[in-house]
Amino acid sequence: MENFSRKGKMVQISNEGAIKMSVYDVLLNDSGKYFLLGNEAIVRGMIEAGVGFAATYPGTPSSEVGDVLSRIAKKAGIYFEYSTNEIVALEAVAAAAASGVRSFTFMKHVGLNVAADAFMSVSYAGTNSGLVIMSGDDPSMFSSQNEQDNRHYAEFAYMPLLEPSNPQEAKDFLVYAFKISEKYGTPVLFRTTTRVSHLRGIVEYGSKGEIKAKGHFNKNFEKFTLLPSNAYRQKGKLIERYNALKEESDSSYINRVEGKGSDIGIITSGAAYNSVKDAIIELGLEIDILKLGFTFPIPEKKISDFLNSHKRVIVVEELDPYLETKVRNVAQIYGINTSINGKMDGFSPWSYEFNPDRVMEILSKIIGIEIKKDDKYSEIKLPSRPPVLCPGCPHRATFYATKLVSKQLRLEDPIYPNDIGCYSLGYQKPYQMSDFLLCMGSSIGSASGFSQATDQPVISFIGDSTFFHAGIPGLINAVHNNHRVVLIILDNRTTAMTGHQPNPGLPFNAYREPAKEISIEEIVKGIGVKYVRIVDPYDLKETMVAIREAANSDGVSVIIAKRECALLRDERMRKEGKWIRYQINQEKCTKCMNCVKNFTCPAIYVDSDGSVKIDPVLCDGCGVCSTSLVCGFHAIERVEQ
Amino acid sequence: MNNVNISLVGVGGQGVVSTGIILGNTVARKGINVVMSEIHGMAQRGGIVTVDLRIGDVYGPIIPEGKIDLIIGFEALETIRALKRASRKTRIIMNTERIIPFTVNIGDEKYPDIEEIIKKFDIRNIIGIDAVNIAKQTGNLQSVNMVLLGAAFATELLPIEEKDIEESIKIQFPEYSWESNIKAFRIGMDQYRILTKAYL
Repeated sequence: MENFSRKGKMVQISNEGAIKMSVYDVLLNDSGKYFLLGNEAIVRGMIEAGVGFAATYPGTPSSEVGDVLSRIAKKAGIYFEYSTNEIVALEAVAAAAASGVRSFTFMKHVGLNVAADAFMSVSYAGTNSGLVIMSGDDPSMFSSQNEQDNRHYAEFAYMPLLEPSNPQEAKDFLVYAFKISEKYGTPVLFRTTTRVSHLRGIVEYGSKGEIKAKGHFNKNFEKFTLLPSNAYRQKGKLIERYNALKEESDSSYINRVEGKGSDIGIITSGAAYNSVKDAIIELGLEIDILKLGFTFPIPEKKISDFLNSHKRVIVVEELDPYLETKVRNVAQIYGINTSINGKMDGFSPWSYEFNPDRVMEILSKIIGIEIKKDDKYSEIKLPSRPPVLCPGCPHRATFYATKLVSKQLRLEDPIYPNDIGCYSLGYQKPYQMSDFLLCMGSSIGSASGFSQATDQPVISFIGDSTFFHAGIPGLINAVHNNHRVVLIILDNRTTAMTGHQPNPGLPFNAYREPAKEISIEEIVKGIGVKYVRIVDPYDLKETMVAIREAANSDGVSVIIAKRECALLRDERMRKEGKWIRYQINQEKCTKCMNCVKNFTCPAIYVDSDGSVKIDPVLCDGCGVCSTSLVCGFHAIERVEQ
Repeated sequence: MNNVNISLVGVGGQGVVSTGIILGNTVARKGINVVMSEIHGMAQRGGIVTVDLRIGDVYGPIIPEGKIDLIIGFEALETIRALKRASRKTRIIMNTERIIPFTVNIGDEKYPDIEEIIKKFDIRNIIGIDAVNIAKQTGNLQSVNMVLLGAAFATELLPIEEKDIEESIKIQFPEYSWESNIKAFRIGMDQYRILTKAYL
């Protein structure tokens, strides 16, 4: 649901008057300087690196790479697909790269967990053409269920790791990543964080590469067929490659020292580098920085030189002490006595992103300097504003109907496992129908456990895209093991939360060209679910009948609540010039507050005089609030235009 | 040139990010370094949107605490919320529009009396502008952000000229809306000047 926030256009930085071009076409220009989002710069990097094949499953903070690609890949000659999930995407790009096509896959950090099985092994197999895997990490968990530090994955798989700090580096390092990949025949892990992927800055283009989307797979069983005997041999080669990469990292231009010589030095990488720079400017300090871009293998010699030339070295990095442990190892191996500070001695925190203030705090603790505080306002207590389901969101209607049925049937302490998508917001009041949520697909996997381990009724929610991604094995499990579960598939005909990417349930692909639509209903029936109903959640009555029947059924029952995402409908209606709105007839309204307190659409509000009103700008005209199941007094009326 | 730190705040759907991009592009075209933070994903419609835009010798997009030079607030409550990262020197432009959070509607919390807060906490350098009404006057309801940009421009903190913004409007918007957007920008600018004079 982030489509609204990307309306700004990129324009070339020049004074040659108005430049008219479609939103993302500037990425295809030959040269120039542009004000780009990190993820947009990454797409430019693909074009310069000559990437011919790209696949992904959308996930913040990596999603915009795909949003941009879906618009320009065809023009650029790049094949691009939204794959069913991250491991499928990784397997697809690994095959393309093995066939001589430079390939790129990008995902959010937890997506790499899904792809981990392939990830670990593709490092053993290696690659023929360039293969780069991007992990968009999310320190501070702006839109994620954890903030795992995926740099560990590089070490885990013996795969080289690059970490850009800003959009310019994101583009430049991606081109460099493909060079490393081809030089050593290895996949490369390319790690951004939210503050790099979603940092907008000035990017100067390099020259475009030659893009080749077709190759030929020359069979090489010993390399690409990881039977135990082959894997055994490849492991040896993997370690040889790792040793060669150590040298590469030490001579890499992206591992560099800044500064004129100081007693104290800082080692840093990624987004933390930006905060270090801003912090030392704020503090008026001059401190040498070893800025690392190639962080696995680490540049041992550069680090030992840096340690030797400074009395104290502070490692400033977000999340885990990934670099710090390695710096301490270097000191031990090379017998260096320089003081090293970081997380492991308690100076630097282990969680959340580092802004300049946090870095200043760390530095002030270690160096013992005072931070000048400006005259600030005292704390003002204000109401919170959590994100909410949009006006007209079909999920609201489904949650409302489920809640009513749960009350009507007097279900005893029902459990509502939820899943990853906009509908996670069912967590909010007044619905509070998100009791258990771990990861993609956990709604249905956990339902099996709850139904067996408790006597509580279980009603799970999962979205259409998430169902394709990770829900199907869980459903098979629940049916095969005969668990008693109601699964409500919230089919809003898109992958809404990450910005409306298509999924296999839609009749079009990433380029918005016709594609085979996979029927959720047929999958569910094929698995052997007896009770399957498709309902329109806007029809509360029909939806409630289905939920009631499902709740009274044995075994697994599935309801597919099918209704297009309200934002997509709004967009279409706007284009068609249609404008449906509802308003509250104040004479009929009894101020019972059911619409406000139990339905809770953001368009419905209580005015300062206590009357209930509908904001005409926010109202999307779904009309669910006007039905007698929400307003028993028929006070909500359609505005006739 | 001094660094300029601007925080744009509002509610998802108000065009906070796109306004930041327009301003950022305008500055970038002058050959001046600019970086900007965007939040995508969970911060969707109805949630809080905060964009930091930094101009000059800067690296990261996050403004250090107390170093905000200018707050462009698209919504009253969110403007006040942004003060926790501001200092008493920060200049504040506040669209007086109120968007009620659902936590207030369901009765869990109360939308505060903004004027009372301004008095109680002795908030200075704040200019309230009824940008929605001004936008209505231009005949283009979508021009609220241009009203606010006009006011921001009038602070004389931005290293750009009026013609640069007009150029940006012509790049960013379809031709039929150029006039209304430019008008909105100018009224916003005038409003700020009139109101600051009244205060002085």
